[in-house]
Amino acid sequence: MLSRVAESIYWMSRQVERAENLARFLEVTHNLILDQPENVIDPWEPLVQVTADNEYFDEHYGDANAETVTQFLAFDRGYENSMLSSLRLARENARGVRESLSSESFEQLNEFYHFVRAAAERPTIESPNEFFDSVRRLAIHWTGVLDSTMPRDIAWHFANTGRLVERADKTSRVLDVKYFNLLPRVEDIGTAVDDLQWTALLLAISASEAYRRQHHLIEIHKVVEFFLFNAPFPRSILFCIEGADQSIGRIEELSDGDRDAAGTAKQLTESLMQRLHDTSVEEVLASGMHQFIDSIQVELNRIGEAMNQDYFHWVSHQ
Amino acid sequence: MSDPTQAQGQTQAPPTLLDHYQTEGFFDELIDSSGVPHPEARALVDLIQRLPSDELLRRQRSIERSLYQMGITFTVYSDTAGTEKIFPFDIVPRIVSSVLWQHIEAGLKQRIRALNHFLSDVYSEQAILKEGIVPRELIDTCKAFLPQCMGLKPFHNVWCHITGTDLIRDNSGAVYVLEDNLRCPSGVSYVLQNRHVMKRNFPQAFRASYVRPVNDYTTHLYEMLKEMAPPHVDDPTVVVLTPGVYNSAYYEHSFLAQQMGVELVEGRDLVVDEDQVYMLTTGGRQRVDVIYRRVDDTFLDPEVFRRDSMLGVKGLMRAYRAGNVALANAPGTGIADDKVIYAFVPEMIRYYLDEEQILANVPTYVCLRDDDRRYVLEHLDELVVKAAGESGGYGILIGPHSTKAERDEYANKIQEDPRNFVAQPTLQLSRVPTMADGCLEGRHVDLRPYILCGPDDVWVLPGGLTRVALRKGSLVVNSSQGGGSKDTWVVAEPGQKVADA
Repeated sequence: MLSRVAESIYWMSRQVERAENLARFLEVTHNLILDQPENVIDPWEPLVQVTADNEYFDEHYGDANAETVTQFLAFDRGYENSMLSSLRLARENARGVRESLSSESFEQLNEFYHFVRAAAERPTIESPNEFFDSVRRLAIHWTGVLDSTMPRDIAWHFANTGRLVERADKTSRVLDVKYFNLLPRVEDIGTAVDDLQWTALLLAISASEAYRRQHHLIEIHKVVEFFLFNAPFPRSILFCIEGADQSIGRIEELSDGDRDAAGTAKQLTESLMQRLHDTSVEEVLASGMHQFIDSIQVELNRIGEAMNQDYFHWVSHQ
Repeated sequence: MSDPTQAQGQTQAPPTLLDHYQTEGFFDELIDSSGVPHPEARALVDLIQRLPSDELLRRQRSIERSLYQMGITFTVYSDTAGTEKIFPFDIVPRIVSSVLWQHIEAGLKQRIRALNHFLSDVYSEQAILKEGIVPRELIDTCKAFLPQCMGLKPFHNVWCHITGTDLIRDNSGAVYVLEDNLRCPSGVSYVLQNRHVMKRNFPQAFRASYVRPVNDYTTHLYEMLKEMAPPHVDDPTVVVLTPGVYNSAYYEHSFLAQQMGVELVEGRDLVVDEDQVYMLTTGGRQRVDVIYRRVDDTFLDPEVFRRDSMLGVKGLMRAYRAGNVALANAPGTGIADDKVIYAFVPEMIRYYLDEEQILANVPTYVCLRDDDRRYVLEHLDELVVKAAGESGGYGILIGPHSTKAERDEYANKIQEDPRNFVAQPTLQLSRVPTMADGCLEGRHVDLRPYILCGPDDVWVLPGGLTRVALRKGSLVVNSSQGGGSKDTWVVAEPGQKVADA
């Protein structure tokens, strides 16, 4: 596979995943404010922190509320990680490698982008819940179309790696920020609001039902464990890293050309996977979850850089 | 026109879209001057007559929507919102009878053989110049003549592998060649996509019209490209070379690569090492044997042509000369697109093939000739004047539609640089019924068939891109200037393969 094409597919996939996660966060937050007594917790400020782009937000919006945060995360054309920008970039990447995707995949992404773009052109969205629900469905549709129309060849494995690396990053961020914001309010622990907050957190990664089936009741360390280490759940960090590791392994096998495969990315995913297996939730909580998540994000960035060096821009390193 | 059932007084049919259709003295591709459909258009016209008058418009909108969803669009790049438009499509197809097609096909094959001889000759012996049949001065002053290509020896001596030739019909229905496009002719993807959406919308009329298939174009293209590989290569790797996603024909490049199942590469994906071309893949370098290039000649290799080219591949021409890679079309073919060289194609056919042209050129005044120039300057208000090296409908003066100031401007240009201009009589292009504000009205069309030239034979796709000038009365069909396209139905002869509906 051409290096340029591989890079575009990887990024296309990451960008759609990014858009999907933003839609999830926004949908859950819009739902949350319908459920909670007034002014108990401000859910909007933490959402800005999830992005780690607070500076841009402060500069362009100032006050964090439903309207400004939705505009920022969903529709801001100037912010390159907004939902709209991510989809625009994903589609541009897809356009550049259209011949390597199934027609259905491209058409679905095209539809997805046009749906969000059209919404961005309207002055307000009448029902945010309905809108974000549609976006989430389009995103799931995208995943389904990609997985059911693309052969499991190298193109799909690049797409899958991009998707899972991005997803692991977003799952870790939402846990980090929510945890930080939820935990200090000791007076709420064990109350209804607290339960609601943690359920919302699970909902953001579509994990509420899967969690309840396994644990029935909300317990903080179990929620954290679910986010980090639940191997069968498709949005947990462990699941994402295991999947990315397998796909990178296949990429190594499927790449033909005159270069000897010596992948740094593969080594990195293997060791991160090992670390996740070797760590317990008690250790994470005892030594500080923020530090732990921070170190995972550093590893994810290193995997991204290694993909770049191993497959996309290896020539310049010869 | 009248509905035959109504004429017999049996039923009182509701009004249909063709009730008031007028050919207005033009040659119409579907309907004759007394309002009767041509035999090959019978089934289609019957269908249109049976449809409620708003149904055609409804199907037109539905087709536009599906083209938009398929992403067959142009982007307006000045805008970060990514505004996009589809290439306008008109729902009423153009139908070509099998007899007319036989004539067109024979004429195109002859023309391509002659042009291929010419390209081979002009970049080697130059016999046709030595004998004074084509003036040497023309070649010396032709911007598209590339001296860097002298002595090139393409495999199987094929230069113009893929050609799109623009044809028109005049008021009598006679077919003329308007232009040759040998460099990088585009539009064939629209032929295939137009057919795709039309079959879905008019399955019955399509089946009843015995239309020849076009969807095997990419199979023919791939086979031809494979045959062009360096002879020592067993299992050649074919790629399509595109200038990239910002090129207006990018969709087509991508579509063709996808349909052939080959890589779509950009210049930056290729490297040349020891006169061998490689593409950069995730596993390292992989050899490339055949390049279907959709990058203009002069951008192909900064080592040989334009030094500022970011689209090309350094060393590509070295690899080509060494016989390690095939290029389709060969570099240098653009010379045949020069509108002055065009005027000499009838002579080429005589000289190389010892035949008379089957498809006529539009009578052309070559302003380089004193007599012709004098005539052109005196009759600017009647003629169409074209700049030799322009394309896409640019650099054209349509005399009868021009202002005095525009004519004066062209008169000056012609006198300053007579080599660069030709003129032709203003032909009344044939028309096809076309949707305009919910009604059917005649609009002028041309036709671009696509021709593949292999080692042993020339193949013509039975169909082509019918371009239509959507503005009333306009003769300019180019998409950059308000043109759209139509599906083109070539009717099968008995025994010929018919497309599945």
